[in-house]
Amino acid sequence: MFSILRSLWYTFLHAFHKRETILYPEEKPYLPPRYRGRIILSRDPDGIERCVACYLCAAACPVDCISLQAIEGENGRRYPAFFRINFSRCIFCGYCEEACPTYAIQLTPDFEMGEYNRQNLVYEKEHLLISGEGKYHGYDFYKVAGIDAGVKEKGEGANEQPPVDVKSLMP
Amino acid sequence: MNTIFYIAAALALISTGLAIAGKNAIHSLLFLILSLLSISVIFYILGAPFIAALEIIIYAGAVMVLFIFVIMMLNVGMERETEKRWLKPRMWVVPLILGTILLIDFIFMLKTMAHEETARQIILPKQVGVSLFTTYVLGVEIAGMLLLAGIVGAYHLGRQKKKVIHRFLKKEEIIEVPNLKK
Amino acid sequence: MIFILIIAGVLFIVLTIAAGLIYIERRLLGLWQDRYGPNRVGPFGLTQVVADMIKIFFKEDWVPPFSDRPVFVLAPAILISTILLTFAVVPFAPGFNVLDSNIAVLFFLGNSSLGVYSIVLGGWASNNKYSLLGAMRASAQMLTYEVFMGLSLMGVVMLADSFNLREIVEAQRHGWFIFPQFIGFVIFLIAGIAETHRLPFDIPEAEGELVAGYHSEYSGMKFGMFFVGEYMGVTLISALITLMFFGGWLGPAFLPPIVWFFLKTAVFICFFILLRASLPRPRYDQLMGVGWKILLPLALLNILVTGALLLYFK
Repeated sequence: MFSILRSLWYTFLHAFHKRETILYPEEKPYLPPRYRGRIILSRDPDGIERCVACYLCAAACPVDCISLQAIEGENGRRYPAFFRINFSRCIFCGYCEEACPTYAIQLTPDFEMGEYNRQNLVYEKEHLLISGEGKYHGYDFYKVAGIDAGVKEKGEGANEQPPVDVKSLMP
Repeated sequence: MNTIFYIAAALALISTGLAIAGKNAIHSLLFLILSLLSISVIFYILGAPFIAALEIIIYAGAVMVLFIFVIMMLNVGMERETEKRWLKPRMWVVPLILGTILLIDFIFMLKTMAHEETARQIILPKQVGVSLFTTYVLGVEIAGMLLLAGIVGAYHLGRQKKKVIHRFLKKEEIIEVPNLKK
Repeated sequence: MIFILIIAGVLFIVLTIAAGLIYIERRLLGLWQDRYGPNRVGPFGLTQVVADMIKIFFKEDWVPPFSDRPVFVLAPAILISTILLTFAVVPFAPGFNVLDSNIAVLFFLGNSSLGVYSIVLGGWASNNKYSLLGAMRASAQMLTYEVFMGLSLMGVVMLADSFNLREIVEAQRHGWFIFPQFIGFVIFLIAGIAETHRLPFDIPEAEGELVAGYHSEYSGMKFGMFFVGEYMGVTLISALITLMFFGGWLGPAFLPPIVWFFLKTAVFICFFILLRASLPRPRYDQLMGVGWKILLPLALLNILVTGALLLYFK
């Protein structure tokens, strides 16, 4: 009996507490940088797109919402001819970001992507590609990779030994 | 006032007839409730508001709810075969005779009795109470005794003799070692 | 002419309060749960009621093919009409009532006992096992609580020496009946909550157990009538508590009587909502047990003591 009255009183006191609700459109909640929101494609420090069209993201995607086609440019640099993400299928799991060897595909703390037309949720490469480096600054895949794609000579990388002369017998 | 009386009386008669003739048990009960309500209107017109209110509260509000409750639980209304088996033509004889006697009585009374206007005085709840506890105190006492007996009987029937308690809720002393010899 | 105006006024007031309660309840629940409640539609979300009403009117008014159609349609109408009929005997202020009845209290009890039918029949006609369970719970619960709802009011009737609500209020000119009839007040409050089957006693419609109980199959405005009927029941019980125990429209003269009446009623409506916000639902057998084993003897004892004291001091 007393406990009923006490719980009534405590509930009544809640009228003077601070509200827990965040009034969303007026007041935006804080989202951490690693929040899994809208997917972007980033560029390396030179301003060239990072994506090497390795298809790992498309393979990792559990709902198969990523589709792309690889082509090779001059000096042997691979890049996607088209890169398409269907955000009406995407579940924002972030597996594509984990699978990406070049930090090209990244998830951003932006979730406000409502559309009235479902077709507008299919994002092409020009919608995905940003002109910055995203979360990982200063990283360039071709600077640590073993191939020459116009960024550096073979064997010039930071932790890289000069290429072995396969025609020589010397060790 | 007379028109309202005739409307209520006609409603009572029609709904009672429908209650008897109805095939669906719940629909019959609804007509019975309607007939009780119109009877309470008649009581009100005759100057007995207290009885009218009690008619609604007790008969329409409590007793009929119990009826509906029971019918809901039993899920009656599907089977009519048993009813047909019970109602043989032979069974109509005695009620028919009794009803005829009542009808003759009624017609005789209507013929002989003069159409005198009953004095319309409104009987207030207080007067009902006073007469219950002075003139009819014996009747009230007898009814009270009867109800008390009813309550005691209901308690006896509804008493739980053997309680099955969940083994987690059992106290230590209730748990007995099962007698294996039996 | 005046008579028709009063009827229209009472209807308008009751329906406005019942509709407004949809909004007020949600705002107050929000207040007591550290939320805001509806605040988007119109200023402070006030036109939320209008939006809800439009929505509920334009929903498909569906009668399930497996239901008992006439009874199914009749059930919500019974609820609304019994409660609206009861408001006919409620005096809002001296002279502002539809019917100055000598049996007003009994009229209220009779109507509230008829209100059970709407729930029982609605649940039965839905032809759905959850609805039937809800209907059975409702009939048992409301029958039980009607018994001592009537008995708890008898103390007040004895003190005021009348069944007339106007005379009951006038008899409280020298002191509210809550002081001599505190037990009666508590019992009537509990029975009133059970009678309107509001939380915490919403056992007939317990969402967690019975989907929505007796109105699982209802949609559109038929559901809306159950919904509004519940709020009208809350208003009715609050108004009756005010009339019976808190002196109705009586109060210091700086406010007109009708304002006093509505203020007191509003306090009890808010109390009903506070109960909803804070208390959990009891188990079904606990509810029945408390009813028959504690509240009924208490109500009878209350009548006995009140009668004995009245006789002694006369």
